[in-house]
Amino acid sequence: MRQCSFDVHAYDEEDDAIVSADDRCVGCQRCATYCPTGAITIRLSERDFRLNANWRPEHLMDIKRQAETGGVILTGMGNDKPYRIYWDHLLLNASQVTNPSIDPLREPMELRTFLGAKPDRLRFADGRLLTELAPQVRLEMPILFSAMSYGAITYNAQLALMQAAEECGTLCNTGEGGWPRDFRRFGKNVIVQCASGRFGVDFDYLNQAAVVEIKIGQGAKPGIGGHLPGEKVTPLVAETRMIPVGTDALSPAPQHDIYSIEDLSTLIYALKEATNYEKPVSVKIAAVHNAPAIASGIARAGADIIAIDGVRGGTGAAPKVIRDNVGIPIELALAAVDRRLRREGIRNRVSLVAAGGFRSSADVIKAIALGADAVYIGTAALVAMGCTLCQQCYTGKCAWGITSADPVLAKRLNPDIATRRLVNLVKAWSLEIKEMLGGMGINAIESVRGNRLHLRGVGLEEWELETLGVRGAG
Amino acid sequence: MRNLDRITNPFNDDKVIANCGIFGVMNTAGGKMSGRDVIEAMANMHDRGNGLGGGFAAYGIYPEHPEEYALHVMFETQRAREETERALQEWFRIGAQEPIPTRNTRGIANAPILWRYFVEPLQEEAIPPTPDGAIALTPDDYVVDRVMVINTSIDGAFVFSSGKNMGVFKGVGHAEDIGTFFCLDEYQAYLWTGHSRFPTNTQAWWGGAHPFSILDWTVVHNGEISSYGTNRAFLEMYGYYCSMHTDTEVIAYATDLLVRKHGLPISVVAKVFAAPLWQDIDRMPSPDRETYTALRQVYGSLLMNGPFAVIIAHQGEMIGLRDRINLRPLVAGSKGDLLFLASEEAPIRLVCPDVERTWAVQGGEPVIGRLFEGIVEPGVDRSAVYEEPCIERFYGHKGQREVHSLSGMRAAM
Repeated sequence: MRQCSFDVHAYDEEDDAIVSADDRCVGCQRCATYCPTGAITIRLSERDFRLNANWRPEHLMDIKRQAETGGVILTGMGNDKPYRIYWDHLLLNASQVTNPSIDPLREPMELRTFLGAKPDRLRFADGRLLTELAPQVRLEMPILFSAMSYGAITYNAQLALMQAAEECGTLCNTGEGGWPRDFRRFGKNVIVQCASGRFGVDFDYLNQAAVVEIKIGQGAKPGIGGHLPGEKVTPLVAETRMIPVGTDALSPAPQHDIYSIEDLSTLIYALKEATNYEKPVSVKIAAVHNAPAIASGIARAGADIIAIDGVRGGTGAAPKVIRDNVGIPIELALAAVDRRLRREGIRNRVSLVAAGGFRSSADVIKAIALGADAVYIGTAALVAMGCTLCQQCYTGKCAWGITSADPVLAKRLNPDIATRRLVNLVKAWSLEIKEMLGGMGINAIESVRGNRLHLRGVGLEEWELETLGVRGAG
Repeated sequence: MRNLDRITNPFNDDKVIANCGIFGVMNTAGGKMSGRDVIEAMANMHDRGNGLGGGFAAYGIYPEHPEEYALHVMFETQRAREETERALQEWFRIGAQEPIPTRNTRGIANAPILWRYFVEPLQEEAIPPTPDGAIALTPDDYVVDRVMVINTSIDGAFVFSSGKNMGVFKGVGHAEDIGTFFCLDEYQAYLWTGHSRFPTNTQAWWGGAHPFSILDWTVVHNGEISSYGTNRAFLEMYGYYCSMHTDTEVIAYATDLLVRKHGLPISVVAKVFAAPLWQDIDRMPSPDRETYTALRQVYGSLLMNGPFAVIIAHQGEMIGLRDRINLRPLVAGSKGDLLFLASEEAPIRLVCPDVERTWAVQGGEPVIGRLFEGIVEPGVDRSAVYEEPCIERFYGHKGQREVHSLSGMRAAM
């Protein structure tokens, strides 16, 4: 009974029975998981609306809620609508006969990846390297933890992500909500965000991180700002975000100093100046219709990394109508951006990081074959920590202590266990990626980057294959 | 040659999957040899091919035309020849032109029309702008550009050799028959490479045989480059378009890019194609560690992944290289000024019974023979030198340069 943070269960003293308010249940599985006797089963409740292919129960319920409240419907996590998931229509290659597959248990298998701008060529004189490279960050595997800000996720959740990033040799993104002082020790493994609200951004914030990311948009809510309600702005959140306790933390939709690509360039170079040109600057955008042209502009504006977040990217809170209807799938955006940058001969100038709904190591390697240097995982990381995708993050009632505002609930997440689970996940995916690489007869991740010959499409239309740059199977 | 799809690899991934035999011999003092031995060596490795492609590259064969680009062109039709010749006249001063001499040979059928042209680009002011409006910078760039134009836009014409004082001869058939067909026993060269093919997924096309070449760079290759898609995409950014539907082509283009355009020493290029493992780079002392890291960061897309053994040659230099985990064989041999490279030891011993030493080339370590300098790189692990105890093992402690390959074979340099 106490496990439920959505007040489903109540004890009826008169009847000496537990009663359940079924309509409050969000399906988070907390009670079922912790029930000592295994007595709880959660089933999808059948609504008694008459079946209608057009006016589905979701529409009716949303309309009724809006008729009551007159407000925007909020939700959490990524788009749950059945738009085509291209990962499920792409299959990987493997070696047979003419090319030996490689056993990753016996042979070296390299996943090391560097993010940062690469020059078009190196210059040598008398065997000595003359070219000085732009700053590069090293990842031991091409998987990073996506931006999830303190405030949206709990202190313990962010701590676990940072500890895991450090242990795995990868990076964790602070999100736009500042960077708690206690976590600055993870600087070498942290990407800090500079978003429209500029929360917590100061000299120290920029200089202690490994990468600075300008957040233009995110896949779950392209073109939309953010709003952390004042009730969630606790003293520590307030200190981290550098705002008064209890005030609403508003992130404007645009960055008000970026109304154009030249403004973006100004900010990129302002951040580079502030960090003495020692850190790669990333620009994160949501995957929208003209992402290739935007990416080209970002590369030319001086960014070292472009992060693209697809329509299935998660969020702590977003208007449902935006989350479910704005943006395009990361697969198509990534393929189109990679192709565009190559056509323009500027692909070397930037690293591409793909984000938005990566569910498995197969999705990751497929993204790399489509042209990504690395991928951001957010939802998968949360699931590793205990999340069950009940989509209630925006309520602050997370029963698993991941996005909870209530300090009692927040204590439910043990950061060390969560760290272990995150590290396990990344290691497991790395092993699986190595197996798949070995199967292809490849022993370094860079040889599969943009290598669309190792992908084949099934069940896709001609235009989709063309956009993906992938041939049909067979 | 727009209709490639009709006649060559019609299958999916533009990549010829082939098993092969390769052979190379170089007289580093510049003495010349006829093609007889290299034909014999290829005949010895007959079973490494299946009659669907063989070819040779020979350096120093046109001393009478030292400064002219020797274009070897194959035509499917007389019309293609006429069209090509009109274009050549517009672009070049043609010093000489003639059919490439051939003789009737059993096993060689359906030969295309084979001509060679000795050309020089017209004076710079006469060089017309390239299609994108840019003026080609050097005669070499110009020749590369025109070769690409012919190969991609003249239907039925294909330039398969375009270097100075060298030539590629190749076609469909067993290598030894191709050598006889082209009368290679009548040519004198200081450097020969040969190749026999065992393609598994391609129909036979004369242009699809090895060696692949651009200017005087030639590549004979045994293997399958699994990173082909990545390599090709990277090269396209630098204006190299793969038209031959094979993975070997990328090695030729990548070499041209790195050596000619980016000015990298060939020994460094070898470390791009067969990069040291990170675990080895991490152990290197500075500044090698930084250099090798930068090479992988910048040229990671040119790492040739998958099994391969290649012999890359250009004027005055022959380079042997294997993939970094030794998946395809390459044996080296030397006697006096002669350097041999081959898929097997047998053909070396056949053509040079008194070969002084042979050794297994080690993965990722280039063997480099250079005209008038001898064998400048032996093809064994230099990185082992970084570990103190290995210094003596590899280089001897009495001042004598002695090299041991991993298998224990020895090659006193």
